[in-house]
Amino acid sequence: MTAVLSSSRHATPASAAPSAASGSGSALAVSFRGLNRTFGTGENAHTVLRDVNFDVRPGEVLAILGPSGCGKSTLLRATAGLDAPSGGSVDIDGTPVQGIDSRCAVAFQEPRLLPWHTLQANVAIGLPKSSSAKQGKSKVARLLELVGLDTFAKHRPREVSGGMAQRASLARALARNPGVLLLDEPFGALDALTRIKMQDLLLDIHAAEPTTVLLVTHDVDEALQLADRIILLGKEEGRENDGATIVRTVDVPGSRPRDRGSVELARMRRSLLESLGVDGH
Amino acid sequence: MTQLGNPGASGNSVYATSQEGLKASGVLKTAEADRPRQGGPAPERSPASGRSAAGVLGNGWARLLLGLLLPAAVLAAWQWSTSAGLFSSVQLPAPGAVVEAAVDLIQRGELAQHVAISTQRVLLGFAFGAALGLVFGALIGLSKVADVLLSPTIGALRAVPSLAWVPLLILWMKIGEDSKVTLILIGAFFPVFTTVSLALRHVDKNLVEAGRAFGLKGVKLLTTVQLPAVVPAVFSGLRLALAQAWLFLVAAELIASSMGLGFLLTDSQNNGRTDRLLLAIVLLAIIGKITDALLGVAEKWAVKRWA
Ligand SMILES: Nc1ncnc2c1ncn2[C@@H]1O[C@H](COP(=O)(O)OP(=O)(O)OP(=O)(O)O)[C@@H](O)[C@H]1O
Ligand SMILES: [Mg+2]
Repeated sequence: MTAVLSSSRHATPASAAPSAASGSGSALAVSFRGLNRTFGTGENAHTVLRDVNFDVRPGEVLAILGPSGCGKSTLLRATAGLDAPSGGSVDIDGTPVQGIDSRCAVAFQEPRLLPWHTLQANVAIGLPKSSSAKQGKSKVARLLELVGLDTFAKHRPREVSGGMAQRASLARALARNPGVLLLDEPFGALDALTRIKMQDLLLDIHAAEPTTVLLVTHDVDEALQLADRIILLGKEEGRENDGATIVRTVDVPGSRPRDRGSVELARMRRSLLESLGVDGH
Repeated sequence: MTQLGNPGASGNSVYATSQEGLKASGVLKTAEADRPRQGGPAPERSPASGRSAAGVLGNGWARLLLGLLLPAAVLAAWQWSTSAGLFSSVQLPAPGAVVEAAVDLIQRGELAQHVAISTQRVLLGFAFGAALGLVFGALIGLSKVADVLLSPTIGALRAVPSLAWVPLLILWMKIGEDSKVTLILIGAFFPVFTTVSLALRHVDKNLVEAGRAFGLKGVKLLTTVQLPAVVPAVFSGLRLALAQAWLFLVAAELIASSMGLGFLLTDSQNNGRTDRLLLAIVLLAIIGKITDALLGVAEKWAVKRWA
């Protein structure tokens, strides 16, 4: 696993990633317009998101931060069309999302692989409808290699670790070659080393085939490493009983890959952690 | 990284319910997860346990032999009680007499006919009934509309005792093969229908959503996600259905037929041939057990393949 991945940082940007991600997808703009989501009705009504307004530029990597339960996954689900907003809309490339949107691909918070399929067959489910069998096969093989699972292609999900399953789930989303890539804590179950490798891999793929990425994460460092901009979801002061909305937007300076030790990033990290309510010392 | 056992990654149960937990910090989660988990499915038997009781019980041949112990004991008791003269030969003929009756019927070429026609009826009725059960079970398990429209009717039909159908079926289809196969079909339909429709409602919603997110819908979603997820349930439904099919076969043949094991039962009763009667019962037990065992083998394979 490590052998394959270790090459990803330096060797893949131009060579491997494009062939894996080649296809029709081009980066699409995403706009949240007055997005509201309330679960339940009447007494039990529970507003999770309110008044979310934001424009994600085509090809941008946007990180979404926020405390657990604030509605990050809900925001992604609305974008993918898996969930309908109670108010407002999500527009992709100018047209509102209505029902499951084929321009998006999701890597869910849990791997959600089909237990009776091999990893290879699971990744193949992500392939766009238009791809031929032969193209599809080589693309799946390439993606599995990129996420370091080529030797596990024939394994079933229950025969691999949680982190490996999560990487397979990422590969499945990449296989789609989407206009908008929705990643819900894609690296949450990875050990620190693999996580850094996967982050680099994502950047490589993004550099080779720019797509719009919405990345939900709990990890401030990850957001600072990967994103062009960061939005922070949370409750506004004085409106603790309402749903969460965007309380802060941060432009991350510098081009990627960013120096993990940079002073400026350390300062932003502290400030973001403070916004999240953690003492950023 | 070749360890087995990761219940979470299978997408059902554990992982799906733990969305809210485990969230404190990214680092904490990290330590947990890329490590293979313990407590996966079916712990492998260690070689050391091969000699223990559990090891012997795991051996197919040993199991078969042990399973034959009780029938052998019953046979011995039967032999003993008849030779001791506890029963008259009309009440309970000796095992040897039953064997003789079998040989006699085989020589006349009748036994094979009875067995063949009964087996054929069961298999036909079972196949049609199970297929229909699968179709209607899928329809009602997946579509709320179909559920609302059809469920009450199907529930009411299920409440009709099987024998109540017999006069109607005979009236409509005469005393031919059709009426018997139809009755067996009815018997095989309900177990499959019930298990499939129930199981489909409980397929992991997360998996179905993932399938839909990647553009699967309709029949494709059914065959890719939903049906595979209910394979174990389908097989337990099929085994129940097969048992029902044999039950309904005898019901059909007892009442109206001129061939088959059920006919052999009534005919022997009327002629006072208890030996043949017992033969029919033994044959029903053996053939029923064999068909169930064959289905059990298929089930084992399918569960391994799909679960
Ligand atoms: N289908 C639903 N019905 C009712 N409430 C829901 C539903 N889906 C989500 N919620 C609620 O919406 C809130 C936000 O959930 P969401 O999964 O979006 O949080 P999150 O920010 O992704 O959290 P985490 O970081 O823990 O994944 C939660 O309070 C949850 O209870
Ligand atoms: Mg979430």
